[in-house]
Amino acid sequence: MEIILQPWPWYISGPLIALVMFFLVYFGKTFGMSSNLKTICAIGGAGRKVPFFNFNWKEHQWNLIVVLGAVLGGFIAHFFLSVPTNIDLNPETIENLNQLGFNDVGKSLLPPEIYSWNSVFSIKGILILTIGGFLVGFGTRYANGCTSGHAITGLSSLQLPSLIAVIGFFIGGLIMIHLIFPIIF
Amino acid sequence: MKYFKFFTIGILFGIVLVKSEAVSWYRIYEMFRFESFHMYGIIGTAVATGIVLLLITKQYKFKNIEGSQMRVPLKDKGFLRYIIGGSIFGLGWAMSGACPGPMYILVGTGAFSVLIVIMAAIFGTYLYGVLKDKLPH
Repeated sequence: MEIILQPWPWYISGPLIALVMFFLVYFGKTFGMSSNLKTICAIGGAGRKVPFFNFNWKEHQWNLIVVLGAVLGGFIAHFFLSVPTNIDLNPETIENLNQLGFNDVGKSLLPPEIYSWNSVFSIKGILILTIGGFLVGFGTRYANGCTSGHAITGLSSLQLPSLIAVIGFFIGGLIMIHLIFPIIF
Repeated sequence: MKYFKFFTIGILFGIVLVKSEAVSWYRIYEMFRFESFHMYGIIGTAVATGIVLLLITKQYKFKNIEGSQMRVPLKDKGFLRYIIGGSIFGLGWAMSGACPGPMYILVGTGAFSVLIVIMAAIFGTYLYGVLKDKLPH
């Protein structure tokens, strides 16, 4: 039990994620979390005005059930399968974040400087969350997939488009962390 | 009942992503600074395991639960949409620290402010649908 309560090493976690992908393919589906954002638009009635969302969303209900399970899984893991532990980050990462004004680095999953309600109700905080979320939603549909669809499923099935998309993920991520973050923090 | 298996897989996915800390903003930040092997180890072993599983599947012609050949849907050919869309996604991933899987999972850990990121992502998806035909693909 003690081993389960501690953070899981990468060499356990990675293969388990591959199993999730494999089971979904075995069930006749695929592993792609961002499709749910499209499905939610369709459920909201976006298909009446925008043809892109004019599809039978009921065929994608199974994926929303995966999401519900994932939320419960997050709840179980966080409240029942974890003991309070600091994230074992590289001291250089912590030092760098301290310089940008982040305190208590790694003491929770998300930085309070961005995700606490105090931050959410500041101009900077709400802009980071909404612009960040917007870019994820826009970019993932433009690229036709996210980390699960391209990085895990697409690379596992040796598809070139997914490799190009993953290279794109890193171009964007590196620009954000190395060029834009020093400006906004 | 037919959805129970999807619910179970979702639970496994949520647990693994929390226990591996892949849902942590800090881990994503550290990854893009190349200061830890952790995230590369997770993605690398996931892909390596995935490649082996899918090659075995192909070799032995495994059938899926519906009785037809098990296979992964193929992505359309192309370059621009993947590199541009991917880069836009990467900007948002690094900024919010959450990609579409972890977004939902974080809600389960009690981080309700992530709901704002989810709503913004739904709006981003909607706007892509509106602008789709005007964008290079």
